[in-house]
Amino acid sequence: MKKFLMALLFAPLTALASGAALHLDKWPGSVSDKAALQNGAKLFVNYCLNCHGASYMRYNKLMDLGLTEQEVKDNLMFTAEKIGEQMRVAARTDEQKQWFGAAPPDLSVISRARASEAGSGADWLYTYLRSFYRDDKRPTGWNNVVFENVGMPHILYGLQGQQVLNHETHKLELAVPGTMQPAEFDKAVSDLVGYLVWMAEPGQEFRKTLGVGVLIFLALLFVLAYALKKEYWKDVH
Amino acid sequence: MSNQGKMDCGRRRLIVATAAVGGAGAVAALVPFVSSLLPSERAKAAGAPVEVDISKLEAGQMMTVEWRGKPVWIINRTKDMLETLPKLVDAVADPKSDKEQQPAYCKNDTRSIKPEIMVAVGICTHLGCSPSSKFKKGAEEGMSGDWLGGFLCPCHGSTFDFAGRVYKNKPAPDNLEVPPHVYLTDTRILIGEDKKGA
Amino acid sequence: MAANTNFEKYKSNGTLAGNVLEWVDARFPATSMWKGHLSEYYAPKNFNFWYFFGSLALLVLVIQIVTGIFLVMHYKPDAAVNANGVPVAFASVEYIMRDVPWGWLIRYMHSTGASAFFIVVYLHMFRGLLYGSYRKPRELIWLFGVGIFLCLMGEAFFGYLLPWGQMSFWGAQVIVNLFSALPVVGPDLSILIRGDFVVGDATLNRFFSFHVIAFPLVLLGLVAAHILALHEVGSNNPDGVEIKKLKGEDGHPLDGIPFHPYYTVKDIVGVVVFLMVFSLVVFFAPEGGGYFLEYNNFFPADPLKTPPHIAPVWYFTPYYSILRAMVWNFFGLPAKFWGVVGMGASVVIFAFLPWLDRSPVKSIRYRGPIYKTLLAIFVVVFFILGYLGTQPPSFWGEKISQVCTVFYFGFFLAMPWWSRMDKFKPEPDRVTM
Repeated sequence: MKKFLMALLFAPLTALASGAALHLDKWPGSVSDKAALQNGAKLFVNYCLNCHGASYMRYNKLMDLGLTEQEVKDNLMFTAEKIGEQMRVAARTDEQKQWFGAAPPDLSVISRARASEAGSGADWLYTYLRSFYRDDKRPTGWNNVVFENVGMPHILYGLQGQQVLNHETHKLELAVPGTMQPAEFDKAVSDLVGYLVWMAEPGQEFRKTLGVGVLIFLALLFVLAYALKKEYWKDVH
Repeated sequence: MSNQGKMDCGRRRLIVATAAVGGAGAVAALVPFVSSLLPSERAKAAGAPVEVDISKLEAGQMMTVEWRGKPVWIINRTKDMLETLPKLVDAVADPKSDKEQQPAYCKNDTRSIKPEIMVAVGICTHLGCSPSSKFKKGAEEGMSGDWLGGFLCPCHGSTFDFAGRVYKNKPAPDNLEVPPHVYLTDTRILIGEDKKGA
Repeated sequence: MAANTNFEKYKSNGTLAGNVLEWVDARFPATSMWKGHLSEYYAPKNFNFWYFFGSLALLVLVIQIVTGIFLVMHYKPDAAVNANGVPVAFASVEYIMRDVPWGWLIRYMHSTGASAFFIVVYLHMFRGLLYGSYRKPRELIWLFGVGIFLCLMGEAFFGYLLPWGQMSFWGAQVIVNLFSALPVVGPDLSILIRGDFVVGDATLNRFFSFHVIAFPLVLLGLVAAHILALHEVGSNNPDGVEIKKLKGEDGHPLDGIPFHPYYTVKDIVGVVVFLMVFSLVVFFAPEGGGYFLEYNNFFPADPLKTPPHIAPVWYFTPYYSILRAMVWNFFGLPAKFWGVVGMGASVVIFAFLPWLDRSPVKSIRYRGPIYKTLLAIFVVVFFILGYLGTQPPSFWGEKISQVCTVFYFGFFLAMPWWSRMDKFKPEPDRVTM
């Protein structure tokens, strides 16, 4: 009866909760694809790190992606001297506040912060980074379907090209092609998002692996503990 | 309800097995907690090897750099200073540096890679004070008349020679520690690491 | 049966360990505590699934204290912004997550433990409702329990500010502002609580102090009192009958078995199962779908930007819904005031249960359809209020929460009448297995 009542009462509630939800494209990548993560890391330091910091992330952690210390130093480390330093941004936050109206957020955990009922943080980022369009009314000349009146300009437009918003269909259309084919660009953004997801918790794969071990151990302990309980309780009538 | 009487073999085996597996789990659960007390990535980054340029260090001078929050001395010893070392063999506690207070490549008469350049952690091996330099011979800096120059720990009076060797019958048990270091070039030392990239 | 029975002192068998034990026992009630609380504490033999949650609550308390001790070693309650433009407190949590060896595990255990604590305690309280565990002579156990629950809510509330994320900040801002609804002293009171005109560094530091020192101390004291009171009168059971009434020739209750070893080995099974569920969350879903760690809390606190939708953590949402359900002015006092009163009352009203319930039997097994139906509806209402509290305000949400609020209070306030009217079955003399 409880279940029936719950179903009865929750049905209209859930219907009313999901109002005009944002449609997000599903991020197609995976955090276990090391090659994609390495590519994402490269895109991140080349495009994002100019304005956004990742101040909890240390460069030497990038070695977990299968890179050697020398590779990290040569290809990815532009703003730091020592491998143990964090991914700091060259620009100062107070200056950035003047340029963009708000200081660009630190991106260390952005993929966790952007999760919502509409989708995971990865879905949000994957859609957001592909949804910039030309808008002359904005000071940067760019607007975004996912994040209206965003302060950030379209950093990747050289790769994607320039999109415009068709106000009748509410769809984005590519007006000026970029250096990448659309599918190629989607893959690049997917890699970049993969990197952001990985960076939000570099130990996440290890956490899950360890979890499997812990559960197997507990299952063994359960068998023993249950047998012990049975053994004692055979006295109780 | 006493269970001592009927403590049969099966029950005993189960208790032992459950306790062993549970105990192993408890010990394993201790690992993260104890490990969390170890230096963090931040401490490790701050304790990373330090590169020092010694091209401006003149003979007879000493400079101090920080490595892992500890003072590391680099002393450019003069010929005169080096000549005091053999004379003190009987006066110091461990003249041959037999105790492992230095990397193998510094286990020699001058306790250094290059004879004139001494690198040592400036922390007294007694209770961790930082000794002060008493480079002048004799009683000029408040030492005894036969003082040949070296270091005096202000806390408990331990004395060290120019190779960081501790004098006999002093509170400090060991010679000053020589940290791992390597010459990147003739005038650049990397302190805290033996070989580049190792 | 009672905890303070005088047991015979330990006599050494001549071994070194025996001598030491005898020496200690002559000076400290070691034997008497061991026997009184464990090996000769007689508990009813018919405990079922619901009786796991008391010992599990104790386990979670230990997890929270141990992980908390280790977190305090690395956490910094500082609202100032660091060189990277991030508040120090927020950054120190990420420092724990990344830089401290195994810090992520300790932190996830603590954050998951907070939610686990409430799940376990809610189930433990529901057990009380099922079997009338709050009834005479266990009123004081129940009152200490309500005290523990209040303390736990305070502990959770103070602790939630510490990560200094957006939800931490705005949640605290909203709750502290509730106090300003109180007549006359309200506005000054909320300033006194914050130590500032907004939630700020002073607030963070005092919440930290409350969270790690003041409330844990009170909590431990209450837990000790809760257990001592329980062992004084003995445990209730799913049949709600007193096992002490029928004793065997040895003077022990016929339906009682020593807590140790019988319930220790049984509770170990419960502990292992709990740890499996706990590990599933800690290792595979530490965010708990945004309910255990709210997504918005991964943005650092920003006093200038309110998140679009502020929801308390799930365990507070039923009371939060009651707060929001109050939209009318009564007796010249504003709706805001009544919201606070309703929210406070919805928690405190549990304390009156022992005196509201007038049924002749304790356990739901011997109560009739009225209790069963009303309790089922109460559970559903509690879930609905909880769900609505996580959602943004809406027209229908408000109406539904008002209906639920009326039922919620009606359930308690009308209990003296409806609890007597039911069709009861006769209670047995002995417990049923």
